[in-house]
Amino acid sequence: MSSQARELTYLKAIVEAQREEMLRDERVILIGENIDIYGGSPLFDTFDEKRLRNVPISENSFAGMGIGAALTGLRPIVDLTIASFVYLAADQIINQAAKLRYMTGGQLSVPIVFRACTYYNICNAAQHSDRPYPFFMNVPGLKIVAPATPRDMKGLLKAAIRDDDPVLVFEDMNLWTQKAEVPTDPDFLVPIGKADVKIEGSDVTLVSIAGCLPRVMGAAHGLRAGGIAAEVVDLRTLVPMDRQTLLESVAKTHRAVIIDNSHRTGSVASEVSAVIAEEGFHSLRAPIQRVTTPDVQIPYSAALEKPLYPSEERIVAAVKRVL
Amino acid sequence: MPHEQQSSESSSSQGRLTREAALEGYRRMVRIRRFEEEAMRRATAGEFSGMHSSSGQEAAIVGACLALRDDDYITGTHRSHGHPIGKGADLKPLMAELYGKATGICRGRGGSMHLADRKVGIIGESAIVGGGIPLATGAGLSIQVRGSDQVSLCFFGDGAANQGTFAESLNLAAIWKLPVIFFCENNLYAISTPVVKSHGQPDVAKRAGGFGIPGVIVDGQVLSEVYEATAAAVARARSGAGPTLIEAKTYRYDEHCLGLQVPIAYRTAEELAAYRSQKDPLSLHRAELARYGVNAGDVADIEKKVAAEVAEAVSVARESPFPDPAEVYDYLFSNPIHYPPDSGR
Repeated sequence: MSSQARELTYLKAIVEAQREEMLRDERVILIGENIDIYGGSPLFDTFDEKRLRNVPISENSFAGMGIGAALTGLRPIVDLTIASFVYLAADQIINQAAKLRYMTGGQLSVPIVFRACTYYNICNAAQHSDRPYPFFMNVPGLKIVAPATPRDMKGLLKAAIRDDDPVLVFEDMNLWTQKAEVPTDPDFLVPIGKADVKIEGSDVTLVSIAGCLPRVMGAAHGLRAGGIAAEVVDLRTLVPMDRQTLLESVAKTHRAVIIDNSHRTGSVASEVSAVIAEEGFHSLRAPIQRVTTPDVQIPYSAALEKPLYPSEERIVAAVKRVL
Repeated sequence: MPHEQQSSESSSSQGRLTREAALEGYRRMVRIRRFEEEAMRRATAGEFSGMHSSSGQEAAIVGACLALRDDDYITGTHRSHGHPIGKGADLKPLMAELYGKATGICRGRGGSMHLADRKVGIIGESAIVGGGIPLATGAGLSIQVRGSDQVSLCFFGDGAANQGTFAESLNLAAIWKLPVIFFCENNLYAISTPVVKSHGQPDVAKRAGGFGIPGVIVDGQVLSEVYEATAAAVARARSGAGPTLIEAKTYRYDEHCLGLQVPIAYRTAEELAAYRSQKDPLSLHRAELARYGVNAGDVADIEKKVAAEVAEAVSVARESPFPDPAEVYDYLFSNPIHYPPDSGR
């Protein structure tokens, strides 16, 4: 792999991943609403409407159309934009994309990427603020990634496009402007199914899920200043979950705090917690802690909304409870 | 009562059936009918769980399939047995699938509602009503992007016409002139709900005008008529002119599914008897075959060969092994992810 890198924002990493894969493989197409004005618009410099399909507001059918194209030789990317809209396409994603390979005994293959961006903490109220990844973890047959850095976004989105199975790629709009060095090698990939230890530490494991990472890193740096060495494990892929990395970290630190933007009941944190409890219980010296969004709808007013999401303060408080 | 033939679109009938195609059409209809009759007997005897019979709808299915090439795509429905047989599939893996065997077309993962055989172009038999319509539309998109001259044909029922996917997908196909044939097998009842009680007006094909595409109504019991309308739609799709909605008025002989006890008289015994006696697709086509100069011996020969084929399919299905429970994760992902059983997964 080339060692060259350049600085990209998280948003630019999404565009570049798609551009590179569309240049590399003519079977890759992009389907989505208003892609000519939103995130996909820079791609119109390079590609035309044959492969960039601006669609009417018909989420279930354009998601299914992507699946049909995937079944017959293309590798579509379906941009569902705001993650709350994924529910409109859920029938096709769950009943067709996730099931067709299995139900046909492997006769069919569904190489498709569904992109969805979590918008939250920006006063959009409940119908534009969902973080719905845990729902889809209960659907065998879907792979789910939720990258939190420009590097991981580019590498995982490219890996998702090259994967032969349906992959849900969840983005976080609060990270769009984050910048970092990203390898320029067009074959740079981040493997699906591998967590990443962002900071090594020995006192407590902080499991970061999706866009929580900057807050988890902030909390870890603050703890470090106070003499507590937190290990930050960025899960990156939700399905298949990298249980080995999780369990190895907890075996070392003996304590686990899991940070997740999704609602508490049936959250990603719930599943991570269950894995650690079932398979790492004897490593633990304190109860597992989850820092999540409470089970309440997302309100419009910032005064009500902002306190709901995991914050550095809440993460640090949870760490204090297990030490 | 059997319906009258109507035509809302003056689609010129291209390509009348040749004698050879007319015979092949009969052979395929007989294969569906005898497969269904035998499967119903075996399921009733408890050899496997339920099924949705296609008996009565053979001309609609086969007439459409005869107008397609081997490399054209099809999506189908929960009433899934007829579509692969109509497109020419081998009966043995289909019957083995009903028995849940390892030799089944879907390796025992699909069953009666999902007899999708990719070898004959089937990319899904959806038991979610209306679920296959976007898939067929996507196949049309793929054909257009790849610059191929294939077409995609979507079988769905009158019930599916009331799903959102119907309206959404017809619109998508219309926008880009995708090479898709939306083929409604209108058997007049969504389980027990008649079309007249679930549609604002009874003709699904009339909805095509709202999307700016042609809509054609054909007598779904008459193979040649279905074939001619589909051949015209296929020619239109291959030429780049876009999609067509075809509505074949047809009728199912059996209940919605085996074992379903419908406590209301949603259709009359007289209606069913009238279809069987006056509008049976096999009987009607036998009369047509005579006009092609096909003699009774040729017809009997087809019946005999199909009977042997069905008997062999049952025999192979019965003798085949069940799938190994240790392989239950196979086909979930392209690169299998196996969880250790002792972890409770």
